[in-house]
Amino acid sequence: MDLTTLAAIDGSINTIGYGIAALGPGIGLGILIGKTVEGMARQPEVAGQLRTTMLIGLAFVEILALLGFVAGFIY
Amino acid sequence: MTPLLLAAEGEGGFHVPSISEFFPAAILFGGTPFEFNRLHLIRILATIALLTIFVLAARRAKVVPGRFQAAIELVLGFVRKNIVEEVMGVERGRRYLPMITTIFVTILAFNLTGVIPGLNLAGTSVAGVAILLALWVFVAYWAAGIRKHGFFGYLRNTMFPPGIPAPIYVILAPIELLQILIIRPASLVIRLTANMVAGHIMLVLCFAATHFLLLEAGPELKVLSALTLAGGLAITLFEVFVAGLQAYIFAILASAYINMSLEEEH
Repeated sequence: MDLTTLAAIDGSINTIGYGIAALGPGIGLGILIGKTVEGMARQPEVAGQLRTTMLIGLAFVEILALLGFVAGFIY
Repeated sequence: MTPLLLAAEGEGGFHVPSISEFFPAAILFGGTPFEFNRLHLIRILATIALLTIFVLAARRAKVVPGRFQAAIELVLGFVRKNIVEEVMGVERGRRYLPMITTIFVTILAFNLTGVIPGLNLAGTSVAGVAILLALWVFVAYWAAGIRKHGFFGYLRNTMFPPGIPAPIYVILAPIELLQILIIRPASLVIRLTANMVAGHIMLVLCFAATHFLLLEAGPELKVLSALTLAGGLAITLFEVFVAGLQAYIFAILASAYINMSLEEEH
């Protein structure tokens, strides 16, 4: 073992990449769903409409995390 | 504990899950474009099961439903009330109800094969099924928009929503075009497939770890196998939930996309 290398790890850095990629969408989902629940609590009669709109927004947010997941396999 | 685990791992006992889980060895016609493997067999079995269930339910349909018929009606009623009519309304939804119902039950059945013992691989965990269904949705919302507004009317409606300052259209119009051409179908495919792949990898990881810890690891690590086994069973239950959730999301997004094409001109 040479003196300049003190520690070494091998494996795929992709795993860390996914962790980072999940951060933003995680926060986004929290805000999105939390706000929807808030809206539902304030106005239960529009709960269905809110849920549908939330799911469409959720589609946009969630795809970011999933792209990170897919990229881990591709690159 | 770590050196011990590493030493045992060096003997090659631990099965690390990878993407190759989803491309099992060919059973028939290996090497040809018609290669037939375990995943295809699972898809065919799921299709047969689905058809059998619905044919039986339709054959024996009575005015006063039995327990079996009531369960089927619960699923169909859920798609009708909570997905199609909720998003599109009763009038508009009637036309698309068969399509959305087919999409929902197909995805549900193909997802559930991932947790059925003996099959253990979701039919949707390779992108083919999702691509086919997403193309169907793609054609459906384009057709709906063109029938309602005409080709250019549909494009104008989608790319140039009113009430926005004119310069913004330079950014907005290409994004909206990209949205209806690529992003919508691609996101449907990636969402479903990636969810199934992730779920399956978690299951393999848990059960492979249980196998390794119980049979091959040192005696003080055997206790941990109970933990991974419990984790695997919990994830199995979670996968049942995800199977339903993904079918629901796919169906509700499909109906939302179609409904967006049908919005009145502003």
